[in-house]
Amino acid sequence: MQIYADNAATTRMSRRAIEAMLPYLDTIYGNPSSIHSAGQRADEALADARARVAKLLGCQPGEITFTSGGSEADNQAIVSAAKLGERKGKKHIISTAIEHHAVLHTLKRLEKEGWEVTLLRPAPVTGLITAAQVAEAIREDTCLVTVMAANNEIGTILPIKEIGAVCRARGVLFHTDAVQAVGHVPIDVTAQNVDLLSLSAHKFHGPKGVGALYARRGVRLTNLIEGGAQERGKRAGTENVAGIVSMAAALEEACANREANAARLIPLRDRLITGLAAIPHSALNGDPAQRLPGNVNFCFEGIEGESLLILLDDKGICASSGSACTSGSLDPSHVLLAIGRVHDVAHGSLRLSLGEDVTEEEIDYLIRCVGEAVAYLRGMSPVWRELQSGERQFIL
Amino acid sequence: MALYSEKVMDHFRNPRNVGVIEDADGVGEVGNAKCGDIMKIYLKIEGDTVADAKFETFGCGSAIASSSMATELIKGHPVSEALALSNKAVVEALDGLPAHKLHCSVLAEEAIKAALKDYYDRHGIEYDHSLFPDCAHCEGCE
Repeated sequence: MQIYADNAATTRMSRRAIEAMLPYLDTIYGNPSSIHSAGQRADEALADARARVAKLLGCQPGEITFTSGGSEADNQAIVSAAKLGERKGKKHIISTAIEHHAVLHTLKRLEKEGWEVTLLRPAPVTGLITAAQVAEAIREDTCLVTVMAANNEIGTILPIKEIGAVCRARGVLFHTDAVQAVGHVPIDVTAQNVDLLSLSAHKFHGPKGVGALYARRGVRLTNLIEGGAQERGKRAGTENVAGIVSMAAALEEACANREANAARLIPLRDRLITGLAAIPHSALNGDPAQRLPGNVNFCFEGIEGESLLILLDDKGICASSGSACTSGSLDPSHVLLAIGRVHDVAHGSLRLSLGEDVTEEEIDYLIRCVGEAVAYLRGMSPVWRELQSGERQFIL
Repeated sequence: MALYSEKVMDHFRNPRNVGVIEDADGVGEVGNAKCGDIMKIYLKIEGDTVADAKFETFGCGSAIASSSMATELIKGHPVSEALALSNKAVVEALDGLPAHKLHCSVLAEEAIKAALKDYYDRHGIEYDHSLFPDCAHCEGCE
């Protein structure tokens, strides 16, 4: 059995998204900036894609800037808001400890350049952040609140509408990294009080290397890339027309099927959670209810995540882990540490992010394979033996 | 290219010498759970020979493969050879490790040295202390 359970990393492109892009690689290859008809056809496709993406997010076409993906959109949103704040002498930014590195590392750089950053601590285990926490942290000099819509590792969905309302009332710009949320949970930038939003096409069965930044009218963007006048002068470089058209198609499809997908996926996700929770000394990471429909994330005590991934790969299962060995650094996932998982336990984490087409049979196969792999690794783990003999105290 | 060589995968999938030697002559443990890898090596010494070697490892695929290969390289060999086993020899026997996984082979070398030191200490055997640095811990330890 082959199960791709790493959809939070990237998804397989949908047939419709692939077919949408093909004409723009083949016959309609003009440069949208060109005056001739070949270019103008590409430009029309671009305008059409922009209108469709805007409609699905609940905003105007002029508020959408196409980017190379979620990371670029996060960078540009944060840098833009920081620059706007600086002009008014406001150089304080609020974010959370569980953001993606595209946000955290951008904030790190701003800190070095003189901005002050407050990272809100999430609730233990669930990873939730409340609007009250945001309200409490806002100061006179706060220029931006950036809080993700849903976490990429533990799947927790954050209350962006409430957080956005707090920001709106206090006159502070609100950015949300919605890379994991768009196409999977309801998003409407107007109803949810969002000023800036980042999204990435390959998280909802679109192509890699293309994303979008929504910036509410009046929120002036700062260029990250200088050059031509593409994207109203805010993002230079010839547009990735095929990718953008394909993204619009993928987003339409994801939004049209969103409710049906979630209704089908959530019971399967919960079946997987129940099955894995039966493994002794395991624990679910993230909130059980406020959770992305396809996300399952567990810690298993006494084992290390990378070896678990390799065993699962041998069984045809593609998954991911927050262990240090998979991140290439010495520390395990900052998200797991932020929700209170200690290093020893965070190294033994497993994320299974399900595709919409997963079956009950596959869920049961996942439960069986993970259980066997965990037991096998525990069998050769000195940590597990010490836990069993009482020389070491169980944490989970 | 695959992350690991076929040799590494073979020793990970079918690790040799997993387990505990109850009446071991020397036991060495290195690493810690905070860093994400612990290696424990058990040695049975007969005369001047490593009669048996077993391991338990908490760690990534390359840590398990390194332990497996290291025990294979010393089992049945003279103690002097076990003492001289370098991490480089483990890496070569595994047909290489990714650069960021080389520390796994270092752990294997250190675990064997720690087990031999334990053997010498327990049996009152004189040895050259300079061969066993106090703690060659990784950068991650505090």
